[in-house]
Amino acid sequence: MAMTTTTRTRTKSPVSAAAPAASAGRIGASGRTFGIVSAIVLVVFAIIWLIPSVFALKTSLSENGTAALGATSILSTWNPTMHSYAALFQAGDIWNWYLASGVTSVVTAVLTVMFASMAAFALSRLQFRGKNIVFLLIILGIMIPTQILIVPIFQELGAVNLLNTYWSVIFPQVPAVIAVFIFKQFFDGIPRELEEAARIDGAGVWKVYWSVILPLSRPVIAAVTILTFVGVWNNLLLPLFVLANPNLMTIPVGLATVQGSFGQRYADIQAGAILAALPLIILYLIFQRQIVEGVTGSGLKG
Amino acid sequence: MTTAPAATRPARAVAATPSTPQRRSPLSRGDARPAWLFLLPFALFYLAFLIGPTIWMLITSFFNTSTVRSGLGTFAGFANYGEMLSRADFWSSMWHTLQFTIYTTPPLVILAFVFAILTNRIRRGQWFFRLAFFLPYILPSATISLIWVFIFTPGSGLWAAAQSAVGITPGAGVLASPKTAMIGIAIATVWWTLGFNFVLYLAGLQEIPRELYEAAAVDGASNWAQIRYITLPMLGRTTTLVILLQIVASLKIFDQVYLMTSGGPGISTQVALTLIAGTGFTDNRIGAASAASVLLFIVIIVIAIIRQLVDRAAARKEA
Repeated sequence: MAMTTTTRTRTKSPVSAAAPAASAGRIGASGRTFGIVSAIVLVVFAIIWLIPSVFALKTSLSENGTAALGATSILSTWNPTMHSYAALFQAGDIWNWYLASGVTSVVTAVLTVMFASMAAFALSRLQFRGKNIVFLLIILGIMIPTQILIVPIFQELGAVNLLNTYWSVIFPQVPAVIAVFIFKQFFDGIPRELEEAARIDGAGVWKVYWSVILPLSRPVIAAVTILTFVGVWNNLLLPLFVLANPNLMTIPVGLATVQGSFGQRYADIQAGAILAALPLIILYLIFQRQIVEGVTGSGLKG
Repeated sequence: MTTAPAATRPARAVAATPSTPQRRSPLSRGDARPAWLFLLPFALFYLAFLIGPTIWMLITSFFNTSTVRSGLGTFAGFANYGEMLSRADFWSSMWHTLQFTIYTTPPLVILAFVFAILTNRIRRGQWFFRLAFFLPYILPSATISLIWVFIFTPGSGLWAAAQSAVGITPGAGVLASPKTAMIGIAIATVWWTLGFNFVLYLAGLQEIPRELYEAAAVDGASNWAQIRYITLPMLGRTTTLVILLQIVASLKIFDQVYLMTSGGPGISTQVALTLIAGTGFTDNRIGAASAASVLLFIVIIVIAIIRQLVDRAAARKEA
């Protein structure tokens, strides 16, 4: 989580602050032109990048009849309606899908944070024989791309009768090796004198983990929780194959499965696409910093 | 990645001095049992859903395992591998994966780089550009696929409308033609995942010491010269990382293909994972699917090793 320190300096970002300040009076005019041109280029691209989302939003707020006539008709008609959203909520499937996505994402995030932080605590703080081997095994685990395990995991879940349950989506996503790494790195940076004081006061290992280390780890707990939540919410491959019951499907799988039956009801389809993303958009607006830092941190490590 | 420990180093140095064996002993003596108990929950899931399936995949790749019969089935030796390596659709799925990598990597690297440099120069309203470029990255693949399939609607979609506006006659639809379907998937993917590289580059830009720019500006270096001679070389390591991550991500592509074209038209966008899923779940041939998975695994491991080597070489050069 080195990103916490780097981002704090972002307000004084090197290029923007340094260049104009130092170059004032020397290459002021060409610097300003450069600044204006780059700002325009950036705004143009930002608008291009926003078009697909805005177009989807506009379509979802149109009548199905308008949307079926095509893009020009959608863009030229200004008559916003929530009809598609109402229709989806009335049809009811979407509630089940939200429930499935919510339950699997929350439970996986809680289990991952608990188990990964416990493992990281042992690796960071406790002395035991075989520690290096355990650490090596976990490093090996980071090399295994979980997607290629879809067939054996499907068989395994079938063998223990867990197919078509929320557990079939939750369990395979709990052992996130990257989470152990992120926790271990953070724990390694916590001063040892804090826990030594607690130990002298007679605290056991569990007490040190629970009352000393975890309360100091709120930022990293938040980051791992959010990233796991987003990852599970967005997963398609695993729930697609282990859930066959439409009532248990997560929202991406549910949408992918029924989109064929929507036919020409394009406004409804786009409303569904937006509803699938809505909780994540809200999450992003609240936890923007944690999400960006977490994604950057795991990208640099993973 | 070492800033957090660095900040606490003085504290630890202080703690180390009075740390006599007397004080250390309660810390480490009774640790072995609790340590294993702390590792146990994670280890169980790790063995059950990561190592176990990997070993099972390796074993079944040598057997005629199938979903319709229980057990391993008959021993097949290297027959599953032989079959996969001689199947035309295996190689075409590998080719499509390569095609996808070639289409997506240059724009994902170059655009992310340019957007990051420009955004980093903006003093106010950075949040807006972060939102515009990064938000798509956290959306579900189902959302982005539904949006882009609709944009690519033949004849009347937004893409066709844009084509007509600039004087191109819209054809049968980007996703409907075997020649352009993968390009359509690549466009959607670039839009979707650019934000990831964008934030990696932004983080890389923060690490460049500000003094470099100040010194260059004092020497009269223009903005272009600063980017050319300071920013570009300093971001070399980030770029290597971005490219390697992109290649691995391309090898594992599944969602967009499954949702946008299901591998079609024909098998023109079939990729490794759709082939594996098809062989395992549609043809019920676990053994053959496992062999294909192992082959894909080997390719991914090779790239991971290359990344380690590159990383180490870069670290050595910096030191």
